[in-house]
Amino acid sequence: MSGTFSVQTMQVQNSSCWSLWWLFATAACVKLLLIPSYHSTDFEVHRHWLALTHSLPLSQWYFDETSPWTLDYPPFFAYFERFLSVFANFIDPQIVQLLKGLNYSSDTVVYFQRITVILSDLSLLYGIYRLTRNLDSRRQKLIWVLVIWSPMLVIVDHLHFQYNGFLLVAAPVYFVYLLRHYCWRGLLRGFGRLLIMGAVVAAVFVAAYGPFVYQGQIKQVISRMFPFGRGLCHAYWAPNLWVLYIILDKGLAFFLQNIGFNIQAPAASFTGGLVGDSSPFSVLPQITPLTTFIMVLLALSPCLIKAWKDPRPGMITRWVAYAYMCGFLFGWHVHEKASLHFVIPLAIVAAESLDDARHYFILSIVSCYSLFPLLFEAQEYPIKVLLLLLHSILMWLGFSAQFTDAVAVNATTRLKKKRKNNMGSKASPSAASHNGGFDIGWVGKSYLVGLVIVEVWGQLLQPLILGDKLPFVPLMLISIYCALGVLYSWIWQLRRILCSVAVDS
Amino acid sequence: MRGKKEEGEEVVDDGWPWLVHKGIWVSFLCIALFALLVRVAVSVHPYSGAGNPPKYGDFEAQRHWMEITTNLPIKEWYANTTLNDLSYWGLDYPPLTAYQSYVHGLLLRFFHPESVAIFTSRGQESYLGKLLMRWTVLSSDALIFFPAVWYFVVGYYASCRSGSKSEVAWHIALILVNPCLILIDHGHFQYNCISLGLTVGAIASVLSNKDLVASVLYCLALSHKQMSAYFAPAFFSYLFGKCLRRRSPLFEVVKLGLVVLGTFVVVWWPYLHSRDALIGVLSRLAPFERGIYEDYVANFWCTTSVLVKWKRLFTTQSLKLLSLSATITTFLPSMVQQIKAPSKQGFLYGLLNSAFSFYLFSFQVHEKSILLPLLPATLLAVEEPFLLKWMTLYALFSIFPLLYRDKLVLPYFTLSALFLLLYYAPSRRQAATETKPLKSYARMFFLLCALILHVVYLTVEAPHRYPFLFEALIMLLSFSQFVILVIHSNVQQWRLKPATLVDKQKKLI
Repeated sequence: MSGTFSVQTMQVQNSSCWSLWWLFATAACVKLLLIPSYHSTDFEVHRHWLALTHSLPLSQWYFDETSPWTLDYPPFFAYFERFLSVFANFIDPQIVQLLKGLNYSSDTVVYFQRITVILSDLSLLYGIYRLTRNLDSRRQKLIWVLVIWSPMLVIVDHLHFQYNGFLLVAAPVYFVYLLRHYCWRGLLRGFGRLLIMGAVVAAVFVAAYGPFVYQGQIKQVISRMFPFGRGLCHAYWAPNLWVLYIILDKGLAFFLQNIGFNIQAPAASFTGGLVGDSSPFSVLPQITPLTTFIMVLLALSPCLIKAWKDPRPGMITRWVAYAYMCGFLFGWHVHEKASLHFVIPLAIVAAESLDDARHYFILSIVSCYSLFPLLFEAQEYPIKVLLLLLHSILMWLGFSAQFTDAVAVNATTRLKKKRKNNMGSKASPSAASHNGGFDIGWVGKSYLVGLVIVEVWGQLLQPLILGDKLPFVPLMLISIYCALGVLYSWIWQLRRILCSVAVDS
Repeated sequence: MRGKKEEGEEVVDDGWPWLVHKGIWVSFLCIALFALLVRVAVSVHPYSGAGNPPKYGDFEAQRHWMEITTNLPIKEWYANTTLNDLSYWGLDYPPLTAYQSYVHGLLLRFFHPESVAIFTSRGQESYLGKLLMRWTVLSSDALIFFPAVWYFVVGYYASCRSGSKSEVAWHIALILVNPCLILIDHGHFQYNCISLGLTVGAIASVLSNKDLVASVLYCLALSHKQMSAYFAPAFFSYLFGKCLRRRSPLFEVVKLGLVVLGTFVVVWWPYLHSRDALIGVLSRLAPFERGIYEDYVANFWCTTSVLVKWKRLFTTQSLKLLSLSATITTFLPSMVQQIKAPSKQGFLYGLLNSAFSFYLFSFQVHEKSILLPLLPATLLAVEEPFLLKWMTLYALFSIFPLLYRDKLVLPYFTLSALFLLLYYAPSRRQAATETKPLKSYARMFFLLCALILHVVYLTVEAPHRYPFLFEALIMLLSFSQFVILVIHSNVQQWRLKPATLVDKQKKLI
């Protein structure tokens, strides 16, 4: 009896391991196929960092200005690039040459960099495995599909070019660590726990910044990492609060002008310009980095208070995602790619309840859609659309299976096995899937339809109706429309965090 | 895509049924989106003859046909005139290909007129022009091949066998993500998806007992690419065998004959006004002067030419006869079986066997023609999973030199991997693997040979005395496997249980 049982558990484990690798491998195949497609200047940025970390001593990393793409990521990422540069040097030395390598774009460098991104996703695979290994099989598979097959990851990392898959792993590992060591109310309570935690954090920071502190360069490093010299918004506006703020300002200015006030057009732009220059707003007060910082802190505070008063391990993922989201919504010079950092962690809790699933469904579609302008060339258009459609349909399948009575599904499948009925008849899908299943409601549906309209307008109607006039409108529409969705998601999460007493055990 | 197979037979529930629980059409949609994604991803790679003047490759041929058809009157499409130089990629496919080129040419002309301008557009390789060409293949695939496969799946599981939902999903995935078809159409650049899609549609109609529709669709396939004739013996024998069992056989045969004739008349109408015009087109379709084989194709003539110099020993005329009789002899058994006892299952095997006979023994076969026997093999995936796996791997292998020339090595390996991944989709793998040790050693040996040849082909330069040594070896290995497979599938067809035949006949009456 017990023998049979252990064989079965082993089988389950084997097949679940195979599923995980299978998902990864299938995703990797698609990513490999996409190697020759469009990549942004970030590709050259990362190549330059390979060269920079390889050919210069550590003391000059944050000072070098050979290329406009200066190093502006934290030290750990620089170490990572240093590590990769060893292999790059081995494969093609020109990749890591500081001057000769500038704008080098042969096949070797493209293949090398693309493949390193694909391989670095292995760390994400590990993180997600650690986080989900105690969940039931169905939820586990669903989360794997959501994360490993994330269309946003493919768009940002494998097309546009970045290493987010690698960066994201930090978060899961951190959760697991916390879970393992601090959530069982064991002997090490109170002061001891705090001490260890503090020590770990300090150790990490020392490892990262120590060498630069030692060289007395910490100011330079910080100034590179936090570019307050840049504008409030990135070149393409990330869908956050400031987009709405800017639009409100424009609208007010237009309105006031029409009723007779004398409004001066602002001289500065939102995306560039130094702090302290004239305000880019005509009516509303100017926003400074300090304002955004205070806003982020304010937005975070309810979550921090809640976490302090009622620390529960099940909520950590949520809190971290929420924190990222506050940064995204209210931060200074936010890049639209940053939405990855809260959408991926939220996938882990997406299947917890029907409400979570509904929220995640909309949020991940909106966030993925907001990345569309990153791939602006025609060749990649079908790719991004197919990725999003595929993701949506998978989510829909997964969530509706999750929230259809699990017992009913099992029963019907078993029944079907016995009956051996053929699939030709449409009667077989369980009747249960139609009542009480996954449904995003009419508001959600109409919001998504609006998304389609925005896209059709930008791609088809605007060029037909307006021709070359107002070329910025499609992008602006995407930003504004997505900002509304993200803002809704933020409010929803805030509420979810504040009234979370009853939900989990 | 990924998981949706699985479940069903196993005791172990590893959590995948959610991907198929909404019914088979949702799974189909999901797999189709994935299959499209793979196709788009392959299409970012180079095509045949990219940046290689003066003749470029198949891409330029297709584009040139769009240029010819959109700029010249229909009567001149196949004729050598001052504006239509037939020695520069003259049209050599039947009229439906020409019409398709015309429609696609109109699209291209609307968005990017330079890419189909007469004469000046030769060798056009602009970003937009290339992209539009790629999109015409994609849309043809999505509009013809995909619906045909859906129609097939419905018909197949309603009439031939029952299957768990995950099995059906697995089957769909293997048909839609056929690596050879994707590489040739979306990498190398051709429109096989149209003629193969029409063929699948015809097969599906046969399975749902709509024989007249099947005849029309098959004639259309035949009028798109003459290579579709590879399936003719199977269609003919099954439909003929079935007619013989009807109350008035003669009437049924005449009915089918009229439909076939009618379809051909409609499609070929512009060239039926004179004998010369028709002969002109037909002679374009059968380029006998190009010899019994070209390049290195894994068929009988090319492989045995290592020992027997066919081209030197015989005249073209006698070679024509020789290849014709060899082809007929080899597909005859499968035809006889179908006429004696027509069944839907047997029909699918018949398609495989007759297409294989043509590929192995007929005149002027191109290595890309392996797509034709491969198609029925994918349709039989659930019955013959091993045959499909083996055949796909060696079919891929046999077109490897071609894809290497097209710089499609990366998609080649990726799609091979993807095919194997789909084949061994979670929990499907236990079902597909038990064999006798001896057989599996032999398989391992052949697989190892193929792997080594891949590496050698990519890394070692062929000796000067035998510049095509590796191509010949690849051809030899693929040919040997194809012969084993065709014998196996012929035996399988004859072995079909009579019980199912009776069952089917009951349905027919």
